[in-house]
Amino acid sequence: MSALSALMRRELALAWGRGGGPLFACAFYIGLATLLPLAEGPSPQKLSAVAPGTAFAALALSSLLSLERLFERDYEDGALDLLTLGALPLELAAAVKCLAQWLANGAPLALIAPVVSIALGAEPRLALITVIAALAGGLGFAFVGGIGAALALGARRGGLLIAVVVLPLFAPLVIFGAGAIEAYGAGLEWKPALAFLVAYSLAAAGLAPVAMAAACRNALS
Amino acid sequence: MMDRLVIEGLALTRGERRLFEGLSLNLAKGEAVALTGANGAGKTSLLRAVAGLIRPEAGAVSFFRPDGEIEPETARGQGLHLLGHQDGLKSTRTAAEELGFWSRWLGGSAVDLDQAVEALQLEPLLALEVRKLSAGQRRRLALARLIASPRPLWLLDEPMAPLDAPRRALFGQMMQAHLDEGGLILAAVHDALPVPARTVKVGE
Repeated sequence: MSALSALMRRELALAWGRGGGPLFACAFYIGLATLLPLAEGPSPQKLSAVAPGTAFAALALSSLLSLERLFERDYEDGALDLLTLGALPLELAAAVKCLAQWLANGAPLALIAPVVSIALGAEPRLALITVIAALAGGLGFAFVGGIGAALALGARRGGLLIAVVVLPLFAPLVIFGAGAIEAYGAGLEWKPALAFLVAYSLAAAGLAPVAMAAACRNALS
Repeated sequence: MMDRLVIEGLALTRGERRLFEGLSLNLAKGEAVALTGANGAGKTSLLRAVAGLIRPEAGAVSFFRPDGEIEPETARGQGLHLLGHQDGLKSTRTAAEELGFWSRWLGGSAVDLDQAVEALQLEPLLALEVRKLSAGQRRRLALARLIASPRPLWLLDEPMAPLDAPRRALFGQMMQAHLDEGGLILAAVHDALPVPARTVKVGE
């Protein structure tokens, strides 16, 4: 247990350490959301109709930013070798890294998601469901993204490779996440979409560590 | 507690190139083996194969304790240290944070950690960020892992290269103490080890 909490603390410190990764992700998210009205035109009706969905799609893109460093930096400096030599399996280490990614990156993004969404014209009553959907989706973004990050180890231009591998797998999260918010806004049944979102994220959290560990071992050999 | 490492008929391939084949080696407790060989002969790869990071083309690596064979996963997860060129230290974190983390991840206790700091004279470096350390200081920080989480088998890759003469002597004492306690050392070196060691040549 102490090994896992030590790893979690290290991962959080690295995420928040020099460079301030999560702040960049948030700034990118806000920047992306600012471009949208410029492209769509300033009509409030038009914007408020697409605001919740667009905010969620922008969230998915912003979640990609810090994935490249998730395993790459440990791979480059030899720390990944040592992570395989702990008493705990590499699968657990990978899961902890993704959880830390969720806490350090996903949570701040989820907290500003309603701000972005409302700034785009969404109704303020959607704020709570937006945070919940963004948090649940963020868990999936972190674990699915982790698979891409592990597969791209050692590749040149790994960041782009991660995006290409991972974006299609983000689709269900965006569909159910944005769907839950839209349904809630329209007064429709929103719980099934949210349940699917949570289910996909939890499935990713359960299965991805096996894939990540296998990809890491393959990159090391 | 591991007391024997047996390598039988090991063959390693990197890419298209066969590094060596038919390498056999028996390392018992209290023994040190110095692996020599030209650059690129496969010394580092051999160490990584023992650590389970590279799958051998042929042959086997097995670990034993007095009452029988140890599961390779257990042996690697609890019984060996790998100290390579890359030290796994994050340049933006302090020496204390990095040593503390690795000692806990590799299963060391707080007492062992204090001993490691003392043995490698790290006290004045603890508050510094790793990027501010010299190559020799970084290596001492990496070597501290060996003491901070006691494990029987040490796999060392050029462990002394960046160390100054007094620290080489110090590390020699560290290795001798480890062997006296029944440890095993497998080290890839170009210069002689500072402890009595059998030499095994890797490659042609």
